[in-house]
Amino acid sequence: MSDDRHPLFEPLVLVGGVIFGFGLGFSHMARPEVVLNFLTFEDLGLPFVMFGAAVVTGVGFAVMPRLRDAAPLTGSPYERRLKSFDRNVLVGGAIFGVGWGLSGICPGAAYASLGVGNVTILWALAGMFLGAYAQGYWRSRSRTSDAAATSAD
Amino acid sequence: MVADPVPLVSAAELFPNGVSRYAVGGLLVGLGALVIYVGTGIPAGASTFLESTLSYVSGQSRFQRYVGSRDWRVLFTLGIVLGGTLFAATVQSGVVTSSLYAAGSTDGLYDVGGVTLWSTSVQPWRLFLGGILVGIGTRVGKGCTSGHGVCGVGSASKTSLVGVATFLTVAIGTAQVVAALGVSP
Repeated sequence: MSDDRHPLFEPLVLVGGVIFGFGLGFSHMARPEVVLNFLTFEDLGLPFVMFGAAVVTGVGFAVMPRLRDAAPLTGSPYERRLKSFDRNVLVGGAIFGVGWGLSGICPGAAYASLGVGNVTILWALAGMFLGAYAQGYWRSRSRTSDAAATSAD
Repeated sequence: MVADPVPLVSAAELFPNGVSRYAVGGLLVGLGALVIYVGTGIPAGASTFLESTLSYVSGQSRFQRYVGSRDWRVLFTLGIVLGGTLFAATVQSGVVTSSLYAAGSTDGLYDVGGVTLWSTSVQPWRLFLGGILVGIGTRVGKGCTSGHGVCGVGSASKTSLVGVATFLTVAIGTAQVVAALGVSP
């Protein structure tokens, strides 16, 4: 990322976030109860959200590299989101799964939930920051085993 | 005489709120990510914000890799919050109506200055403890429901498909156990 970004970079990120958050509200993913209802098989709608969204981004990932060499606001090439696979994907995924199953909330949905007026979700956000800090603290101290910088989303 | 088939579980039981609010909401989530991707080439995920924002206040080396992206990640998150508020002020408040939107029966609506807001009944200890595990797991596991679930699956990334299968399976097991123990809401 260069420092001299296009002046529309930040407005576009904000607009994209608004659409993203509106979708999380509309789909009721911002309500932990609805996520928990999916996980206990009382309402199976949730996969329509995740895969509906993945279809849209999937079209973009497939089409954009054929249309242009680089994104207009950053000059970055269009690439897919590909992460290397290792044990962390399974261990982290399992820990996330326990947390998601207990609380019914994930990061993006928690931000949107705050937006729809769910002040109580600040408990979850505080927990997320605490958890992210704890793993960052630990990994900063065991860098030798983590030297191959795994960038994460 | 044709015997009545054993009634299979009906769609109304599987999808008591229909599927349109989920599908339309999902398309919008994807559209938001797509807008950012088309303009910037960035496949955005929501959980990196947790670590990138910690880099403002912590010198831990792990967080420093996100210094370059932390400003726009704050904006992305702010946008998500505002998007939730926009939904509350329009569709949730009934100002904008759509046959594609099922209001559902989740309790928790309240009114502030004519805007219909919503708050959860899920107990704070579940949110806090679950949040800690979400914070650890998404960062160790290289992604959350948006990074792996939306952008990673959209990329047909094997890593993300395995990640999604892992957290989805474990989450279902966890929620079933918690419910079986009688914890509600």
